[in-house]
Amino acid sequence: MIELRNVRKSFGTQLVLDGVDFLVETGQTVALLGPSGTGKSVLLKHIVGLMRPDSGDVIVDDMSVPSLGRVELTELRKRIGYAFQMGALFDSMTVYENIRLGITDDRQYRDKVFSDDRVAECLRQVNLLPDVARKMPAELSGGMRKRVGIARAIAGKPSYILYDEPTSGLDPVNADSMDALIEQLQHELNVTSVVVSHDVRGSFKVADRIALLHHGRIRLVGTAEEFVQAKDEVVREFLERDFQVLEAGH
Amino acid sequence: MEQSISATAELPIHIRAPRAIAQPVLIVLRHVGRFGMLVMEMVRALPDWRNWLPRTMDQCQAIGYGSLFIVLLTSGFAGAVTSLQAGYQFTGSVPLYVMGAVVAESIILELGPVLTGMVLAGRIGARYAAELGTMRVTEQIDALEALGRNPVSHLLLPRILAGILMVPALVMLANVTGLLAGWWAAKSALGITDSDFIYGTRYFFRTFDLWYSLIKAEVFGIVITAVPCYVGFTADSGAEGVGRATTSAVVISTVSILVLDTLLAKLLLPS
Repeated sequence: MIELRNVRKSFGTQLVLDGVDFLVETGQTVALLGPSGTGKSVLLKHIVGLMRPDSGDVIVDDMSVPSLGRVELTELRKRIGYAFQMGALFDSMTVYENIRLGITDDRQYRDKVFSDDRVAECLRQVNLLPDVARKMPAELSGGMRKRVGIARAIAGKPSYILYDEPTSGLDPVNADSMDALIEQLQHELNVTSVVVSHDVRGSFKVADRIALLHHGRIRLVGTAEEFVQAKDEVVREFLERDFQVLEAGH
Repeated sequence: MEQSISATAELPIHIRAPRAIAQPVLIVLRHVGRFGMLVMEMVRALPDWRNWLPRTMDQCQAIGYGSLFIVLLTSGFAGAVTSLQAGYQFTGSVPLYVMGAVVAESIILELGPVLTGMVLAGRIGARYAAELGTMRVTEQIDALEALGRNPVSHLLLPRILAGILMVPALVMLANVTGLLAGWWAAKSALGITDSDFIYGTRYFFRTFDLWYSLIKAEVFGIVITAVPCYVGFTADSGAEGVGRATTSAVVISTVSILVLDTLLAKLLLPS
């Protein structure tokens, strides 16, 4: 379970998170929606301990992340897969080496046969061909980089996966395929996931629950249906453009 | 924000002046503190040798083999020019064998370590700061941390250890090349004999000179790698941040080399 309790975070004079309460039950997929620059990625980084809140608490697996020591935090991170927005692939390493680095158990990481099998398996799970393993990140398209980033995130068999804008910068066809991949991974790996996005349509597809972050606070949490029926003006305004697209589609 | 700026401008001079002085001091102290923390992280990461050792070998190759040509070229020309200028100044006034001492001492005590340090500060310093800065802004360092891996043992320790190992080796090679080039220049331009040059070199040579050169090389090796690693690792976001980090790394390393060169001369050479 992931829980943020009254988390506040500011950078200089800019208040980004203003008392965020956010809960993700085990096994659930929660999409965190919000316009660009509202602190969605900042919130995600708090979960994995890359950032510390100014006040409030972040609880993962009943542990307070900000108060964890170095060793405990490292152990926690091994249970969390983090798929970065632009992939964040190590550009001096091949795709194989990038994914292998995601094998968080050191003994398994050093076992060449295990690593080969695991990298091949991860590539299959993100629907990439085995020969991609030999390529350098610079040779990959944006969509492929994101997939390799997800492959690296799942290589350590995590209990949680955090997706940071998995569909941003992708064309609609690739975005749909990425949504399908996230759904597929939920079924195959049975993990708890947080998907940070500003893509309403995709979030409705992949998430059990959706939260809207607005001006540093969670404005609404609910199912896709509850979002559609919401009367809140901010929520409606955010959904409006995608609703028009959806309605036009129907 | 505008209000606070105008409010600061309206403050009386006796408040503004100390503030203007204190602010840069605080910035420097903050960097010193963060650098100290990073050094502690590196010491803590030493037992994690399975991660840093193979990467150190790669970095040794990048620093050592990769910089060999430019280091030898620089030291070779420095040796030749030292010899020619010494010939211009001394011919007719002191015995020619002194040339051997001038070239050897200039190269071993000063030009070998300092010129190599300067060249590497540009070549290695810029590369490290740009590499690590780019990794910072493209979230590669965050990714490493998120994977439960220690960026210090993966990225910083190998680079700094490679500097500690390879810079002294490069300086010794630069010393040899500079000396040989100076010898050749003295022989061909000034007509000094081999035995005179060797006599002059040996007459003024002390074993401590080589130790001094080695100590300087070791100190420069740490500065050339540690400063750019710190600056790149803590780079601000964006291309501008990486550019600023790269420039700062080269400038700070170069100035540090000059300052340390003076300090070491004062501390280690008997006056």
